[in-house]
Amino acid sequence: MSIWSGADTRLLIQGITGREGSFHARQMLEYGTQVVAGVTPGKGGQRFENTVPIFNTVADAVRETGANASVIYVPPMAAAAAIIEAADSGVPLIVCITEGIPVMHMSRAMPFVRARGVRLIGPNCPGLITPGARTKIGIIPGNICIPGRVGLVSRSGTLTYEVVNHLTRNKIGQSTCVGIGGDPIIGTNFIDCLRAFQDDPETDAIVMMGEIGGTDEQQAAGFVREYVKKPVVGFIAGQTAPKGRRMGHAGAIISGSSGTAEEKIAAFEAAGIGVMKRPLDVVELLKKRMQ
Amino acid sequence: MNLHEYQARALLKAAGVPMPDGDVASTPTEAEAIARRIGGTVVIKAQVHAGGRGKAGGVKLARNPSEAMDEAAQILGMTIKGLTVHKVLVVPASEIATESYVGLIMDRETQRPVFMVSSAGGVDIEEVAARTPEKIVRLPVDPTYGLFPHQALRLAFGLYRDFGQVKAAAKIMEQLYSAFISNGASLAEINPLVTTPEGRVLALDAKIVIDDNELFWRPDLGVLRDDSAEEPSEAAARRANLSFIKLDGNVGCVVNGAGLAMATMDLVKYYGGEPANFLDIGGSSSPEKVINALKIITADSNVKAILFNIFGGITRTDDVANGIVAATRQFKVSVPIVIRLTGTNEAEAIRILNEVGMTALSDMDQAVERVVQLAKGAA
Repeated sequence: MSIWSGADTRLLIQGITGREGSFHARQMLEYGTQVVAGVTPGKGGQRFENTVPIFNTVADAVRETGANASVIYVPPMAAAAAIIEAADSGVPLIVCITEGIPVMHMSRAMPFVRARGVRLIGPNCPGLITPGARTKIGIIPGNICIPGRVGLVSRSGTLTYEVVNHLTRNKIGQSTCVGIGGDPIIGTNFIDCLRAFQDDPETDAIVMMGEIGGTDEQQAAGFVREYVKKPVVGFIAGQTAPKGRRMGHAGAIISGSSGTAEEKIAAFEAAGIGVMKRPLDVVELLKKRMQ
Repeated sequence: MNLHEYQARALLKAAGVPMPDGDVASTPTEAEAIARRIGGTVVIKAQVHAGGRGKAGGVKLARNPSEAMDEAAQILGMTIKGLTVHKVLVVPASEIATESYVGLIMDRETQRPVFMVSSAGGVDIEEVAARTPEKIVRLPVDPTYGLFPHQALRLAFGLYRDFGQVKAAAKIMEQLYSAFISNGASLAEINPLVTTPEGRVLALDAKIVIDDNELFWRPDLGVLRDDSAEEPSEAAARRANLSFIKLDGNVGCVVNGAGLAMATMDLVKYYGGEPANFLDIGGSSSPEKVINALKIITADSNVKAILFNIFGGITRTDDVANGIVAATRQFKVSVPIVIRLTGTNEAEAIRILNEVGMTALSDMDQAVERVVQLAKGAA
């Protein structure tokens, strides 16, 4: 029905009593997400807004509530440690929203996450949302999404909202929207998402929103050619970006002559991916390919 | 954050990397004194964040202290790729038998620090990588364990045959790795690593880039930033916590989110305009951020029209509207502003704007087309 999140998601929130964590906890609850626990060390035993129980550790929260997903709103210097704690406590899906984590911290955390066999989405991402199950893990605004059969994967936040908004206004619903994050080191890449959407019987077409920097989109294009049978349309942000400058996202930088928009668009075209020139082109391209 | 060569040298020296003695000078007299202390022929090197210093005349030999003073006087104050030289490094001229390249980068694909070494050194390593990739030895390091001795040796054997030099180079690999980790670097480079005719192994040039995300908790590294090497508007934006990059066009852009900001620039180009900047006001956009953003953009005399493109998720569009109104009360904005906003608290935002006679569009393409026309009309 969707990928990685749905009606059986039992979510815990690391950093639930912080400024960002509490704001988005309310939003996720309002949307309908099953938020079963919060974790803030030292505040174990309390309740968030008189409902969600708070625990001192992720291990306690998992044992007491059966949480099977965690979303992290912890400041940058402690966020990699929070990821490791969740992985060490057996949480199978970890979504890290935090922006600004030193890349060295992520380089140390990733081998641990992989050794535990858990899925990390992010960091520096908006999370994911499955409108059909009213389940959102992260910060994607629920009101712009409608249930449907298009899967979306993106490296950015607000650009994702822009495209989802075009889809929704044209009555094209979404199975799951995933923001994988704008950092150089992330837990889940385009290929992971493409494989999951291809294997999901309730997704009919895929939208991928890439940007300059790195080679993830080029590799994803190769994967589409080999493995993906469903229609794919794509966009690359940063066609007008100068070389060697970090465009907001830590990972959005053209190094030397590698990671340019032209290179990525060419890879998309070679793989038969429908290339959007503007965000709004998503509607016509999808309609054409889904007939 | 890029470090100057003299700053990178100091960090590598602290880690034990052998390099010729040298010092940094801000005046010709200081350069003369350093040359006198070193004795013999010295090299005067411009300290500026730009490649191709040698070709631009920013690296000169001086045979004695008085020549060092003259050369330093030439180089200090000169402009290389738009950047003024404020400091020069004075180092002894070394006799060179061989030149190699040693680099360590945080690699996205392997998600690890990766060594790249090549016996074809002293030149642009990207060219070597493109033309003769077999001349580069690559080695990813698991940061959980660090660089193992046998890995350091393997890298060193990639450069030298003489076992004495291999051992010396292996030690330098370990020192470079330790400097990389302890300073939160995303790149550390020795180019060239040389052998002298007597067989010593020495680092002659150093480059370090610090991961910006480390600076928050490493004020000791933050002080190494050279504001004068930055575009003044970019330095001002950084102090205001805005992510800003100046470009050459005439359409100013204020956007929330980096991806949408890039897509907005691209759309300006698509409709026949040229973006004047990249600007991401971030997620939680207080009115102050909007005021600062407008100050920075209106200071650029190229800007003929300004576009706000806000998709409210966490960002409250009413905060942005309040910021626009407050800014236009604080100072006169003499170019037209086109506002596109949609999402969180949109109705309130439109009410705030309407009260002062401003309007907002909800469609991104309409807004971009209009701002491009306005910028053209004014040009």
